[in-house]
Amino acid sequence: MNVLEIRNLRKSFGSGGRRVEVLGGVCLTVGEGEFVSLVGPSGSGKTTLLSLIGGLERPDSGEIMLAGKPASEGAGRAAYMPQQAALLPWRTVRGNIELALRIAGRDRAEAKRLADEGLRRLGLEAYARSYPHVLSGGMQQRVSFLRALLSPQPLMLLDEPFGALDALTRQRMQRWLLSLWEEERRSVLFVTHSIEEALLLSDRVLVLSASPAVVVRELQVPFARPRSAMLGSDPRFGELKESLYESLGSLEEGDMPL
Amino acid sequence: MDSRTIRWRALLPPVVVMAAFLLLWEAAVRLSGTEAWLLPAPSDIARDAWSARPRLAQHTGATLSLTLLGFAGGAAAGLLLGAVLHLLPLVRSGFYPLLVLSQNIPVIAIGPLLVIWFGFGLLPKLLLVMLVCFFPVCVAMLGGLQGADPGLERYMRMIGAGRWRRFLGLELPGALPQLFSGLKIAASYSVTSAVVAEWIGSDRGLGYFMLLSSKGFKTSLVFAGVALVVMLSLMLFAAVAGAEKLTLRWRPRKEDGR
Repeated sequence: MNVLEIRNLRKSFGSGGRRVEVLGGVCLTVGEGEFVSLVGPSGSGKTTLLSLIGGLERPDSGEIMLAGKPASEGAGRAAYMPQQAALLPWRTVRGNIELALRIAGRDRAEAKRLADEGLRRLGLEAYARSYPHVLSGGMQQRVSFLRALLSPQPLMLLDEPFGALDALTRQRMQRWLLSLWEEERRSVLFVTHSIEEALLLSDRVLVLSASPAVVVRELQVPFARPRSAMLGSDPRFGELKESLYESLGSLEEGDMPL
Repeated sequence: MDSRTIRWRALLPPVVVMAAFLLLWEAAVRLSGTEAWLLPAPSDIARDAWSARPRLAQHTGATLSLTLLGFAGGAAAGLLLGAVLHLLPLVRSGFYPLLVLSQNIPVIAIGPLLVIWFGFGLLPKLLLVMLVCFFPVCVAMLGGLQGADPGLERYMRMIGAGRWRRFLGLELPGALPQLFSGLKIAASYSVTSAVVAEWIGSDRGLGYFMLLSSKGFKTSLVFAGVALVVMLSLMLFAAVAGAEKLTLRWRPRKEDGR
């Protein structure tokens, strides 16, 4: 059974002559324990899509099914990790994790136990009582990921989680996420701008068109797991990368006004 | 060098300037032979204040209790209204202009009216101090609540935090730094507005005492009253600043700007 199934999702903003169709019938699925990446030109409605899946906004038409059932009203349907770590500055690392778990419905003792356990498992227990502002950007994102990982929802939405990091930290974070995910095998929908990142991490890569967005290409990533961080030097990796760049390139050109 | 020596060093310049100012004042009065009812020398003020100390203590106590009551009441009203205006957008758009308008009424004009309506008791004076303290607190509270980080707001909504949770978990703690700025302004206004209230209609307090002294050409006692008012103001300000420091321990410490 698919953890997430989206059928023909449409969404427009504005009204009258200013009406802009952002999503033009998006269909996609994320299977149990599957890592799916979503790449697309900027402004292709990826953020809107996440808002719809998360329950912040309602689609004009189409269906969102979570674990085979139509999604309930309201937000909180999926674990979420945004581009900025979104840690409350007045709560410690552990306090931030506990708050998210409390909002997800855990009681106080349970939230505390899970947070402590998670921090220990990821080797972050030394930061448990630190405030977020003393952590580096990469470390903040590790905490943010852990917080999403501990949330009880079966689906994780990761919205360009490494987009704001410098190149070196980003690479380190990708490897960290890769090895962690291969242990956990959670269902993930991963939004990114980076094709290499998508190929390295995902089971499948979906290419979105510019607005109105539809899924124009679906690529099954053939590399076996566990994957090595050296995957980038595999010639097949290079071929797939080229081919994805081409798909995206033709989309960007299509945007250009004549 | 430990931090204590640094603090003493920071204190030294204002103390030196203050002492020099008082010496200059003393010398100018003595050398020019100015009469004490016109401009008393600091030593005259100190001597007369000392001999009037039972009366001064009594009036200071009255002013202090009026100030504290008015400050507490005004701040509480400001906090509450700020929160209500934040949570109810329609009420906000309706009442905000009225709020600003209320601040354009001159205290010196409303004071006698309050006395006419409510008599010479505590109530009209209390209302006046509250009216002065209420506005900066309300505006700071509202601004702080409205200024919540949009990224954090989106995160909280995505993971399913309801209105009340977002208010208590994100907006209220985020508003505290700005709220304390408002409280500090209100604290420093509160003493002077209490004095004005006592000036307009009262039989006790430093305002009343200064009015009486100035009518009797006891200029030195007027100055003594002024000095006490300034000291009360500083004490109240320091108390609020201290509470701020205790509350906002999570804030990143600023580099010592010297």
